[in-house]
Amino acid sequence: MQATATAAGGLGSSKAERTALKKALRRTERRRQLWAFGLTLPLLAFLLAVFVVPILGMLKLSVENSELARTMPEAAEALRAWEGGGVPLEPVVATFAHDLRAARDARALSPVAQRLNNAHAGDRSLIQGTARRLPDAPDGSWTATLAEIDAEWGEPRIWWSLKRAAEPWTDLYLLQSLDLQRDIDNEIVATPSERALYRNVLARTLWISLAVTVLCFVIGYPLAYKLSTLPPRLANPLMILVLLPFWTSLLVRSAAWIVVLQREGPINETLLWLGILAEPVQLVFNRAGVLIAMTHIMLPFMVLPLVSVMKSIPKSHMQAAIGLGAPPLTAFSRVFLPQTRPGIGAGCLLVFIISIGYYITPALVGGTADQMISYFVAFFTLQTVNWGMAAALGSILLVAVLALYFVYARLVGIDRLKLG
Amino acid sequence: MSVALIRLAALAGVALIASTAEARDLTIVSFGGAYQDAQREVYFAPFTEATGAAVTEDSYNGGIGVLRARAEGPPSWDVVQVETDELILGCEEGVLVPLDWSVLGEDNFLPSAVHECGVGTIVWATVMGYDADRFPDDPPSTWADFFDVEAYPGMRGLRRGPRGALEFALMADGVPVGEVYEVLATEDGIDQAFAKLDTIKDNLILWEAGAQPPQLLAAGDVVMTSAYNGRITAANENEGRNFVIPWEAGFVYAVDYWTIMANSDQQEAAMDFILFASDPDQQKLLPPHIPYGPTHVDAAGLVDPDVLPNIPTAPQNLPTGLFFDEDFWVDRYESLNERFSAWAAQ
Repeated sequence: MQATATAAGGLGSSKAERTALKKALRRTERRRQLWAFGLTLPLLAFLLAVFVVPILGMLKLSVENSELARTMPEAAEALRAWEGGGVPLEPVVATFAHDLRAARDARALSPVAQRLNNAHAGDRSLIQGTARRLPDAPDGSWTATLAEIDAEWGEPRIWWSLKRAAEPWTDLYLLQSLDLQRDIDNEIVATPSERALYRNVLARTLWISLAVTVLCFVIGYPLAYKLSTLPPRLANPLMILVLLPFWTSLLVRSAAWIVVLQREGPINETLLWLGILAEPVQLVFNRAGVLIAMTHIMLPFMVLPLVSVMKSIPKSHMQAAIGLGAPPLTAFSRVFLPQTRPGIGAGCLLVFIISIGYYITPALVGGTADQMISYFVAFFTLQTVNWGMAAALGSILLVAVLALYFVYARLVGIDRLKLG
Repeated sequence: MSVALIRLAALAGVALIASTAEARDLTIVSFGGAYQDAQREVYFAPFTEATGAAVTEDSYNGGIGVLRARAEGPPSWDVVQVETDELILGCEEGVLVPLDWSVLGEDNFLPSAVHECGVGTIVWATVMGYDADRFPDDPPSTWADFFDVEAYPGMRGLRRGPRGALEFALMADGVPVGEVYEVLATEDGIDQAFAKLDTIKDNLILWEAGAQPPQLLAAGDVVMTSAYNGRITAANENEGRNFVIPWEAGFVYAVDYWTIMANSDQQEAAMDFILFASDPDQQKLLPPHIPYGPTHVDAAGLVDPDVLPNIPTAPQNLPTGLFFDEDFWVDRYESLNERFSAWAAQ
């Protein structure tokens, strides 16, 4: 206040006064900014806690490799020091056998066994079975004792697997998520074709999301136009019909689609009765079912931003275009459509991004060839408790979405979005 | 992060329990729903009546993660019912304690019900099921029939994923029930199973939840399907369906076990309950409520003859059953699931 008063009365004042004035102004300004920033602190802390930290945690999990080092520290050190190739010398094997016994007695072996099994199916039984039969002292050398328990210990492969498990970080999960693996020479090679899966799943996830987005747009645009032009008396009940699915559980909606689309369900029965079909068609447990159910569930996310944008376009624009001689189609495509672009962008982005993480609907109404990436994330977290693979698939999905977002921002311009 | 969160949640849960109950009753944990309702009537209430010991119940959906979290906190759960994979991992990790088999007696139970850390309490099966109304004459009776789409046209249902599907494919291909896992342990055996699955690939619907198979059968989406035996019997009893389980075709059965948490401070009472619930005179009462088979060798003979044909451990059914080899699957589930998903997408 004082600074302002000085400024008003001191137009011809000295240089020193002007500097003091500027300083005071800056200070007030800074204090205001700090205050404003302080107000956003709770939000920032919230975002940090529920968004940034979990994502960083997930990224870390996808490369974490601490099981062996934590449970069998000396063996891990010995394996790291070993240069690899063939079967390691007796001292390394002996350290390993010693730690294996200690881990068994502490009942701490399970994470190590599981970590090795993640890289090579069957290693869990090998580790646990060997640990169970491990004597207190070697019969001759530990190398011979282990090989006697299971011939697998004479193979370079298991020791190479152990060495990889002893490193502090691993690219095992990220490579596997891209259908790649390391061979025994540490070269990155393709996963055998009968097990190659995840690139296909990622492509499928993007394809389904894109198809749902296009379908939602094709159905949602005319619907939104109608809703935005009707008088409120009619528009409001119709809007409630659009929003109604939001008020029903996702599970119920997905299950309802199964009932509607099944072989002896109402759609097939009606089409048969009308004579359009000779025999029932398979509408559910395949890609068609997924697209139908997901489009229905996603539709409100497309319609809402479109309606809000369309409502803000004055009717006079179209009238003026037609009045100036443009045919209706030209008036629509050159005057109306461009003005709805922010709504189209927002609707499409919303539908696409939400679709890409979809899980329960494809799991219920899709076939095995229609499962999206989240199905496999759920498989690894819930069924086999393999956090590395779950996190790696999640990370790859995150990277794919970020890449698409930047492409989108380049092509459409993110500042042109309008969400409602 | 996640582990810390789980611990925190477990701690909070335990704190809540601790504050409401000063002296803890014996806490028994099962899978909830109709099954636990039956257990309450057959085991929990009679146990309290017989011993005077109060029982607190809890339920969960299974999962080793829950058991790990509980094991790290103060005592909260005592007796827990688990499936085989949790039993194997929980025993290896020391979450569950070894049982005193000198009291239980290994010879009293089916071999599959005997484990260091658990004693089997029920046997449930994944079976073939069909709607008898759709096959007035010459119904399917083998897994070879299930894979024969020329003799029996129509869609088939199998549980999504390799578990069960590979076993049934090999049975259909003529592998004797007792050799299925021997064959499946080799690369050639896995190729053989997938080659057999190829023959019905275009006629296959894969189900996800146990409630689906009876619904798929009823709706005509499939003409036959793999299913949990309890669901088929329930559909017949509650909805008046005419579904049939051809037990003689072969089936895969699994066992659920009673176990004791390592951090329980009521080890003795827990063992008392397990002994009580493993008694054949108690076990025989469960099948009339829900068609799961008893595990005590004497119990099957005591079960009400009306319900006996519906349970996997009936003397006439058990010989064609294959004990689901969870040790095999804990090792190979991930890699075979990848292969199954890749196969399905081709």
